[in-house]
Order: sequence, then C-alpha cells, then structure tokens
Amino acid sequence: MAKSRADIEADVKDVLVDALGVDEDDVVPTATLKGDLGAESIDYLDIVFRLEKKFSTPEKPFKIAQGELFPENLMTDPSLVENGKVTAKGLALLKEKVPHVSLGDFANDPQVTKLSGLFTVKSLCDFVERKI
Amino acid sequence: MRWMWIDRVIAFEPRKRLVAVKNVSLAEEHLHQHFGPEGDLPACPVMPSSLILEGMAQTAGILVGSVHDFREKVVLAKVASAVFERDVNPGETIRYDATLERMDEMGASTVGIVERYSFVDNAWAPVGRIELMFSHLDQNRAGTEFPEENFVFGENFRTLLEGAGLRKAGVGPR
Repeated sequence: MAKSRADIEADVKDVLVDALGVDEDDVVPTATLKGDLGAESIDYLDIVFRLEKKFSTPEKPFKIAQGELFPENLMTDPSLVENGKVTAKGLALLKEKVPHVSLGDFANDPQVTKLSGLFTVKSLCDFVERKI
Repeated sequence: MRWMWIDRVIAFEPRKRLVAVKNVSLAEEHLHQHFGPEGDLPACPVMPSSLILEGMAQTAGILVGSVHDFREKVVLAKVASAVFERDVNPGETIRYDATLERMDEMGASTVGIVERYSFVDNAWAPVGRIELMFSHLDQNRAGTEFPEENFVFGENFRTLLEGAGLRKAGVGPR
C-alpha cells in the first residue's frame, strides 16, 4: 500500500532524528538540513543510506543514485560553478536534476555556499514522495 | 605496534562481515590510569569505551577497505551511534563483529556488535553496539586532494592481515 504524505513525513523525521541527533520538535518542514539541523558533509551520505533503508520494501528497493538527492558534482565541476557562483548551465541542471528543491530567489545570487541552505525537511519529503 | 586496537582477525566474509578479537592485558599502560587509585579508592582498570570504539573502527575499516582491495583511503567519518552496557576488564577478550550495511562510491556504513569473554563466567556477554560511517577520502564532497600513497592501510595492517592468514588468501594491500 502506498505511503501517505503524513507517513512519509513521519519516516523522514525518524531518519533525521537518528542521523543528526536532533530533537524531534526541531524537524519541521521549513528547517534547513545544514543551517537549522546542523548537518555536516558525512551526514548527507548517512541520510541517503537511512532513507534507502527506511523506504525499501522486499518488492521495491528504494535506491538513491549518487547526486540524485544532493547534487555533489555541482561543487567541483568548473562549467557548473564559476567564481563560487552556480552558472546558468548549473542552474538549469539543478532544476532538472533536483526538482525536489525549491530554488526560490537563489538564482538572483547563486552562491554555491548557499546551495546547501536550500535543502529543507520538506525537500526531502518531496523527493521521497516523487520517487516512491 | 602502535595504535593497533585489535590483535587478530578471526573471520572474514568478503563484502559482508569481519570479526576480530583483542585480549585486554594489565600490561597496557592506559589501564593504570583508567582508573588509578584515588584517595581511599583502589584502582579500577577498565578498558576505555573510546578505545573499544577505535577497535571497532579498525575492524569495520578493514572490512570496508577490503571491498576495493585497499585502494581507497578509508577514514572514520562519523560515529552514528555507540551504546555500551558492560565494562571490559584486564584478562578478558573483546570480540568485534562488524557487518557492512551499505556502501557506495562516497563511503560506507557498518553495524558492529561488541562482546567480551570472561574466564570467570566462562561465557561471552554483550558489551555494546556501534554504528559507524566511513568516508572514501579521495571522494570527499569538497574535492580536496590527498597524497597518492595510501597512508590509511600501512604496514601495521599488512602485519595484522598476515597474522590472520588473510594475506595468503589474497586479502590486503598490494
């Protein structure tokens, strides 16, 4: 049976509480993984592994490809990041590859250091809901 | 040998599981300070849980490193969880049983069970459970470059794998 949005939100909350050691009450939809919940680089891999485990079923494995949830390759590819800013090509790729992230007004000042601030609890739930 | 917190690898299932043991001895200096006598209180030598954790990291680290024939620089990146329920004292043996949970290009996660054998009780008893995350250093998100030489799996590890008979089976750094 398909999971409801509420089920997905509850499961994502479990994953983040376990992966980041945060208080359940802090895991609200608008909370950013890095700024609000204190995620560091290895935590992103931990979150990916835990999401896979949480949402896999014997009938349907939930496998997240590298860069599918968090676009790591954007950090180092020179055609996608120039002088610390995401290029037009990079922005187009972001829209295509990470539709679960709401870019908002990021395009006006696309500093790559601000990219991680776009990943919220809601964007993780959106990602799982699209993929499941 | 410096900073080796496992004595021998006793079981190995490629890409799946690795088991190692350590004999805890009163000859180890750190036990004299952890905890030494204080005032009227006698000494109470207990294996520090931080070093039990290091032993599990070495056990699980060999398991993770073996998947790519020790070409990757495997480093402990995160202690996802570590729960201890029983002390380990001199004269006891620690068994580290590490299982590979998940692995990709960036790194791996492992789950480890720690037990201790007491010659007083003649039985194994649970000590703790440790979940770890390892990172492949050359695949780091920041794109930082490290020396080409694999400084993680050095001479100590070769000796350890030799002693466990694993080198003869073709396991270990080339």
